[in-house]
Amino acid sequence: MATLELHSLTKNFGATSILKSLDLTLASGEMLVIVGASGCGKSTLLRLVAGLETPSSGRIILEGEDITNRDPSKRDIAMVFQNYALYPHMTVAQNMGYALKLRGEMKEEIARKVAETAKLLGLGELLSRRPGQLSGGQRQRVAMGRAIIREPKLFLFDEPLSNLDAKLRVTMRAEIRRLQQRLAITSLYVTHDQVEAMTMADRLIVMEAGRASQIATPMEIFEKPANLFVAQFIGSPAMNILQPAEAAFANIPPNAVIGIRPEHVILDNNGLQLLIDLVEPLGAETLIYGTLASGQRLTLRRPGGPPGVTTLQVAFPQEALHLFDSVTGERL
Amino acid sequence: MNRQNNYLAHAVLIFGVLLFLLPIWVMVAGATQHAGAIARGDISLIPDRHGLNIFWQALFFKGVASAGYPVWHMLLVSFAMALGIAVGKIAISLISAFAVVFFRFPLRRVMFWTIFLTLMLPVEVRIIPSFAVLSSLHLVNTYGGLTLPLIASATATLLFRQVFAAIPDELVEAARLDGAGPLTFLRDMVLPVSRANIAALFVILFVYGWNQYLWPLLVASTPAYSTIVLGIVQMISPDEMTPWNMIMATTTLALLPPIMVVILLQRAFVRGLTDVDK
Repeated sequence: MATLELHSLTKNFGATSILKSLDLTLASGEMLVIVGASGCGKSTLLRLVAGLETPSSGRIILEGEDITNRDPSKRDIAMVFQNYALYPHMTVAQNMGYALKLRGEMKEEIARKVAETAKLLGLGELLSRRPGQLSGGQRQRVAMGRAIIREPKLFLFDEPLSNLDAKLRVTMRAEIRRLQQRLAITSLYVTHDQVEAMTMADRLIVMEAGRASQIATPMEIFEKPANLFVAQFIGSPAMNILQPAEAAFANIPPNAVIGIRPEHVILDNNGLQLLIDLVEPLGAETLIYGTLASGQRLTLRRPGGPPGVTTLQVAFPQEALHLFDSVTGERL
Repeated sequence: MNRQNNYLAHAVLIFGVLLFLLPIWVMVAGATQHAGAIARGDISLIPDRHGLNIFWQALFFKGVASAGYPVWHMLLVSFAMALGIAVGKIAISLISAFAVVFFRFPLRRVMFWTIFLTLMLPVEVRIIPSFAVLSSLHLVNTYGGLTLPLIASATATLLFRQVFAAIPDELVEAARLDGAGPLTFLRDMVLPVSRANIAALFVILFVYGWNQYLWPLLVASTPAYSTIVLGIVQMISPDEMTPWNMIMATTTLALLPPIMVVILLQRAFVRGLTDVDK
């Protein structure tokens, strides 16, 4: 496995700028998850690295070699696609062995590697089936196998779990992560699902409109979001954003907006009055939505069941506050 | 569907089959009878057992009376021509559709619409210029002359374009990342995926080639290159008594190769025309 460096990578489609000068370094064996809303340029980034698109400017360095203009087939990069992209007319074994066959490896060698990879992924029984006869999770595994078997320098995942049902997604998520750590596969993983992003990443890159808003470990991003966009994108339900108008906020500069996560809001008899308009019990916890006297919306996350009242007194502990510049949105 | 509907559907189908089979049966039965009787309009629907050797005679001894080539020779010429046209058309359209769908080259759209425009120029329209070209290339009375002008096919190119366009982009990209170049991709992905369509098209094009009349009439001026369709027409002569039983026997024989092709490829044929799930 290898390191990947992106130097001011830029992609424009005509006048539209999709990716704006991205710099990034991926350590060997690292899992970097790219998360962002649709259209933020995350898939384009992946396709640039794979060589399926040509960058407008910038360089891509894989293991010290400049591969910016190299053909995708010669980059030694494997990709797992959203729709799996299995070859429909080939069996599972042929699907997995295809890249090796093109590389000119011996038949016995291919068979041995296919058997080995199939065992690793629990696909042993399915080797002679065709993709059409497999379930979604099985296809996903075959797609993984097809990537792993080549022992490429880099793995790219393009929203690989988005076509699976919720339960299977959780299982496969853990499975991919386990495999990635065990084989120390350097990976770029694109997703729009923040739970996937948080749970799988060594480091996380949150993208907004073609720019990397923040690149850090998931916990850093959660605890110290670099700007308003990141603060509201990561965490569910999203962080509350309040204007400093509330009397409860002393010592706050006037040009700041305040962020506080729903789980950090506390109940306090001397606090502000919150008029509850919606309660969502989730079992172990309850989400409470309401309006403050000043008219600002607030969400609370409380352990236990519904409170059974129509108003609550809430307060905001100083240490849980995030301050952002009201103009630029940057963290203060 | 209920029972009554079923019976009705079957009745309609059986009626249709009879409608198609009756002329063919008249032809087969007529072949075994006397030419004079047929000329009088006296065809019996029951074949005459004693006349069966007419097929044998047609196949090996009598063909075009004036030329002396027996029917088997004309069948062979027809077969070579139909095969050449079908294989040639498929090969050319497959490659041009492949280029149009998977490559971004300058004037791609112009090329595509040019191909599309040739739909309006069937052989019959360009027959004189085509003949002039072939004749200056010394291809009159050759198999090349019989097949080449019929090989370019906009219809087949359009059909393959639809089939190829249905191949998901991700599949193309996966193959590229797996290290497949364009020709490897054509061989390993495109051909297997469109196998049923190729078979269906082969059936249609083979029959199309087999039935060609005008072009061979022009380009095959010696009997050695006479196709079966030409042969049948040449048997009908105004000045002597037309051997209708011989003509019917020859026509029956002429039907067999296309029928064989259809029967052999019928499963793929049906799949190629109805299978939308790629």
